Amino acid sequence: MSELGLLRAGVVTALIIIGSFFLVVGTVGLLRFPDVYNRLHSTSKATTLGAASIFLAGFVFFGPGGYGLTSLVGIVFLFLTAPTGGHVISRAAKRMGVEFYGQAEWPKEVSESDD
Amino acid sequence: MTTVATEVPGFLDLAIQFGLIVASGVTLLVGYRVIQGPTTPDRVVALDTIGTNVVAIAVLFALATGRGLFVTVSLVLAIIGFISTIAVARYVTEGDIIE
Repeated sequence: MSELGLLRAGVVTALIIIGSFFLVVGTVGLLRFPDVYNRLHSTSKATTLGAASIFLAGFVFFGPGGYGLTSLVGIVFLFLTAPTGGHVISRAAKRMGVEFYGQAEWPKEVSESDD
Repeated sequence: MTTVATEVPGFLDLAIQFGLIVASGVTLLVGYRVIQGPTTPDRVVALDTIGTNVVAIAVLFALATGRGLFVTVSLVLAIIGFISTIAVARYVTEGDIIE
């Protein structure tokens, strides 16, 4: 572990660059989209993918044991919590009565029920 | 500082620095949405994004220093961000967190 192989270093570099790209994409979406729901769509997918890619870079860097395993646990945790958080926030936004941008509307069945 | 004397190639070091700079700048940009966001869910979404970005920054810092302890730090940060998001959403809808 004191010397990182060239192939592993290349894989880590590629994963870091991919993760940075997705972080930038998610942030551009958060800043530019016109609506809470659109912004949620952008951040909860792109940003999670970017952070997971950087976690994967950590796994490749630290090897399959110890802290690398912690990185894998981080990926699983991120993939479990990001959709849950997004769902909860969007439901809170609907309960608060945040409107859609443009002419979009809720479907009839969903607007009748409480969830 | 003599825990893990990683001898990383130069391009990997450069990539880690690049990733740190990009993630930090992106986190600063998200702050605009926290301040400016028209509604409260906008701010919550932006704060959640800041949490995810800080998780990425912690992992990159672990790579930069070669200390795997910061991976654990990032995991704890992810947990705290998730709990805070749930708490704020619950407070907004129910008016109470623990009843």
